[in-house]
Amino acid sequence: MTATAVAPRLRGIQHRRFTVLMILLAAVLAGVVLSVTIGAKPVPLADAWHALTAPTGSENDIVIRSLRLPRTALGVVAGLALGVAGALMQGHTRNPLADPGLLGVTQGAAFAMVASIILLGASSLLGHIWFGLAGALLASAGVFALGMVGGRGGPTPVTLALAGTAVSAFLYALTSAIVLLDEQAMDVFRFWQAGSIAARGSEVVWQVLPFIVAGLVLAMVNAPGLNALSLGEDVARGLGQNIPLTRAVGVTAVTLLSGASVAACGALAFVGLIVPHLARSLSGTDHRWLLPYSGLVGAALLLLADVIGRVVAPPGELEVGVVLALLGAPFFVVLVRRRKPVRL
Amino acid sequence: MRLQAVDVKLGYGDRTIVDGLDLGIEAGTVTTIIGPNGCGKSTLLRALGRLLKPQGGEVLLDGKRIDRTPTREVAKVLGVLPQAPTAPEGLTVADLVARGRHPHQTWYRQWSSDDEAAVGAALSMTGLADLAERPLDELSGGQRQRAWISMALAQGTDLLLLDEPTTFLDLAHQVEVLELVRHLHGAAGRTIVMVLHDLNLAARYTDRLVAMRDGRVVAAGEPHEVLTEELLRAVFELDAKVIADPVAGTPLVVPIGTHR
Repeated sequence: MTATAVAPRLRGIQHRRFTVLMILLAAVLAGVVLSVTIGAKPVPLADAWHALTAPTGSENDIVIRSLRLPRTALGVVAGLALGVAGALMQGHTRNPLADPGLLGVTQGAAFAMVASIILLGASSLLGHIWFGLAGALLASAGVFALGMVGGRGGPTPVTLALAGTAVSAFLYALTSAIVLLDEQAMDVFRFWQAGSIAARGSEVVWQVLPFIVAGLVLAMVNAPGLNALSLGEDVARGLGQNIPLTRAVGVTAVTLLSGASVAACGALAFVGLIVPHLARSLSGTDHRWLLPYSGLVGAALLLLADVIGRVVAPPGELEVGVVLALLGAPFFVVLVRRRKPVRL
Repeated sequence: MRLQAVDVKLGYGDRTIVDGLDLGIEAGTVTTIIGPNGCGKSTLLRALGRLLKPQGGEVLLDGKRIDRTPTREVAKVLGVLPQAPTAPEGLTVADLVARGRHPHQTWYRQWSSDDEAAVGAALSMTGLADLAERPLDELSGGQRQRAWISMALAQGTDLLLLDEPTTFLDLAHQVEVLELVRHLHGAAGRTIVMVLHDLNLAARYTDRLVAMRDGRVVAAGEPHEVLTEELLRAVFELDAKVIADPVAGTPLVVPIGTHR
């Protein structure tokens, strides 16, 4: 092969990657259709379309516009966010078992929510979300600062993981203490902990959307740097990558993405653990493709799990977090056992 | 001087490994740093490649302070290959070499015809074009090391720092890698600085040897000037005879020991 013969190969790969991207987009779209039409009250596709384009105030229209649509939108947004956050986290730590919760966002959000209930009497879900988001961001900033103290010249994946574990354990202890003492806090907490995208209303989607869009932009900016970092810090530095800046951008993106979705949907971080493995089997190790694939796989998976949760136990519903864990755990075991664990 | 260390103090945290060292690397030469384990030769190479920030003194690249030049600009002139680098599983040779183009890419312009030409040229120069599709994990140690060198070549720099490029390789593969290094030097007059453990191979493939001990340069010059029986005793505490290599005429170290 000569210098020119590399070109068709690269073009072939680009073509295949683009095709997979289209297939994943179609999968998300299918998930959206299922999520809008399937539920306790099945709505035919034609009626659903009617509700979206020319609502007349019929029962179907109300179900679609005020319940199904916000729920579906939140599923897409949170799935995208958690999938991308998981891939970022695994890329930065070079650890296939890392998930976005490693930065303390989940426990930070949980603690801020229950604290807001007992201290300020915040009772609306809306209030909880702002507190949850603030808690997630603060916890992550704390973890980053602690990680910085331990490492030389910026936090390393190891110091971040250690700081994240310590901060999470500490916050979890505080949260447990509060919910044991306060019944109202317990009530909010146990539903939040299961993880759900139901009954949130469209305003919740709009509240978290700016954070998630910002996180997705930072993630894509981070992708080439992550490719360099995946060859080790010394090689990345040799290739002209600014390591502390790359780490900071990555941690900020993970915090925004997972903080916003955890505050809105509860503890769904498991998505961030398994989705990147699925996406990686389609994309290979190039983060410029792995990140978008992870986002789309995350969105499709979250929607599908939510739809399954609606139909599996009529007349009730199973929370999407529960479905994800029930489906995901055995799947993950198979994935890990089928091949030797991935080295990143 | 392409690359110069001026009165550098190097170390990790409180531990100082090199103190007050001066070294200049001339353009178009192959220089090898030798010395016993822990003498600071890898530390020095890391500092020359701005992977390690000196605690004192300065490193000059083409006369300018390397730490004041944007790291991406440095990466267009200077390539560094650390000791025993690792790649993610499943990465193919072509993908690894393509990542060498990183300093020439921006997030909005990811792949150009320059990149393509550089990757193709690097692969054919190291004789890996036929293995371009193969995952790195499936290659032999020598092939894998050649793939990493290709990545550094695709970076398009005429100054290369290689930290123990022959570690973990059998003798045949060590020779293969060093032949490649010599070829890179001959083909485009690249300036190359290496750290090697094998003194005889270092003498064979190098223009200049730098011998270090306890963070200091003990001797520097052409191999026959540096590799003497006195120096081996002073630097390695090794009693040895130095004879002429029957193939190349370069110094050949024969340890004496007590066994026979």
